[in-house]
Amino acid sequence: MVGKLKRALPVSFIAILIALWQLGVSRETTHIIPGPWAVVLGIVELGRNGLLLKYVVASLFRVTWGFLSAVVFGIPLGLFLGWNHRAGTALNPLIQVLRPISPLAWIPIAILWFGVGDLSATFLIFLASFLPLTVNAMNAVHSIDPVHLNAGRNFGLSQPQLVYRVLYPAVMPQLIVALRITLGISWLVVVAAEMIAVNSGLGFLIIDARNAGNRYDLVVAAMALIGLIGLLLDTVMRRFETMRSVRWGFRSD
Amino acid sequence: MAEIALPWKVTNTRTRLKIEHLSMSFRDNGRAVDVLDDVSLDVGEGEFVCILGPSGCGKSTLLNIVGGFIPPTKGRVSIDGETVRGPDPRRIFVFQERGVFPWLDVEDNIGFGLSRLSRQEKSRRIDYYVRLVGLSGFEHAYPQELSGGMKQRLEVARALAVNPDMLFLDEPFGALDSITRLVMRGELLRIWEAERKTILFVTHDIEESVQLADRVVVMSTRPAEIRRIVEIDIPHPRDISSRRYLQLRDSIFEEIGLAHKV
Repeated sequence: MVGKLKRALPVSFIAILIALWQLGVSRETTHIIPGPWAVVLGIVELGRNGLLLKYVVASLFRVTWGFLSAVVFGIPLGLFLGWNHRAGTALNPLIQVLRPISPLAWIPIAILWFGVGDLSATFLIFLASFLPLTVNAMNAVHSIDPVHLNAGRNFGLSQPQLVYRVLYPAVMPQLIVALRITLGISWLVVVAAEMIAVNSGLGFLIIDARNAGNRYDLVVAAMALIGLIGLLLDTVMRRFETMRSVRWGFRSD
Repeated sequence: MAEIALPWKVTNTRTRLKIEHLSMSFRDNGRAVDVLDDVSLDVGEGEFVCILGPSGCGKSTLLNIVGGFIPPTKGRVSIDGETVRGPDPRRIFVFQERGVFPWLDVEDNIGFGLSRLSRQEKSRRIDYYVRLVGLSGFEHAYPQELSGGMKQRLEVARALAVNPDMLFLDEPFGALDSITRLVMRGELLRIWEAERKTILFVTHDIEESVQLADRVVVMSTRPAEIRRIVEIDIPHPRDISSRRYLQLRDSIFEEIGLAHKV
């Protein structure tokens, strides 16, 4: 597709949707659902009174720490479990039982342990990203072509060298995808966590705006912000996929 | 037909690789499957030996045992009198072209086994082998940007760069198209004549074995044993329409039980 058209198509489609939204709202009599313009004004209002920056920073702060700690613990654990078959066999059933439990199910326990506050929310995000990262890292090790490991051993690599020079580059493409998807999950979970476990952040804003006088313009404004920031995070993560040393792992090339 | 050692042949100075009474069985669903049955073979210094057998006969297993990747059930493999207990950079295994590391470019692939050398020596060797296998101009290309034949040459270059005594090639040209395969055979012979490595080459292609090898080791179906060893007493470059070539080739066809008529 031509570059211009590729850009013009989604832009015009969104423009049509916004127009339809405006039209629908203007014909509606209850005035609870805000129109697009009201949402823009809502964002401006949040910007003026300082809540926009404060809440966005609060949400990103929790995601950053929850996600990073999951990366620091989950990826090495997953690589180890993939590399060491005995450990993998021992721990895999436990992981498979814990995995289907939604991180939101942990909210009561999180509050019990850490109280209402940043630590609870961060813990929930950690839980949401830790197991997916572990499982993905483990699977990435399992899917290394044994030919590459044999070649590494053939060239006389010691075990640590094999990990650093073959295992690590071999799992990189899959890990990058896992990081991107998991960061997306974290961003989904932070909103839910903030609705219950804290009193700041974009998730809190949604609940608070509704409870404090049905400010649906602010509800939708928060939703729009969540969407835009999520897109931004995903775009940043996607950039890693174009690094030359990992491009081989992506079929689209 | 008798195997005749002709006087022109540089009879191998000394035995380097000794395979003695090698047997191998795998466990498959609790059932023992015999793959190799009492295989013995001596390979001399600088010799080019083809191991020829039908697909799935266990010749790859044999090469993997010789390479030190799997221990045999029975028997012994020794090189210069020393029992093989694991893979070793003195003997490099060349897989089909998928053995090259996709995350490294051509230069870094060739330099993979050279981390102990000084930077100068390393880049000198990389340059040399890039040229030897005809990859000049592709030093910074990644494997995914190369054709199958180029990847195969890259893998051979990576193997040669560490200056091994022996090369083990496991159906290295099996995934290439037939024209590239012919070119690659010529390339391999050229490189072998330049470097005189001892080569053990596994193939299921009769023509390929007769074109390349000093000796063709004909294996049976599973469990594989050596049916016969055919000495190819034709000097390189070989005329593949010569009477002697056809004679040797046909004798192998017969040995394998194929009257070579389609």
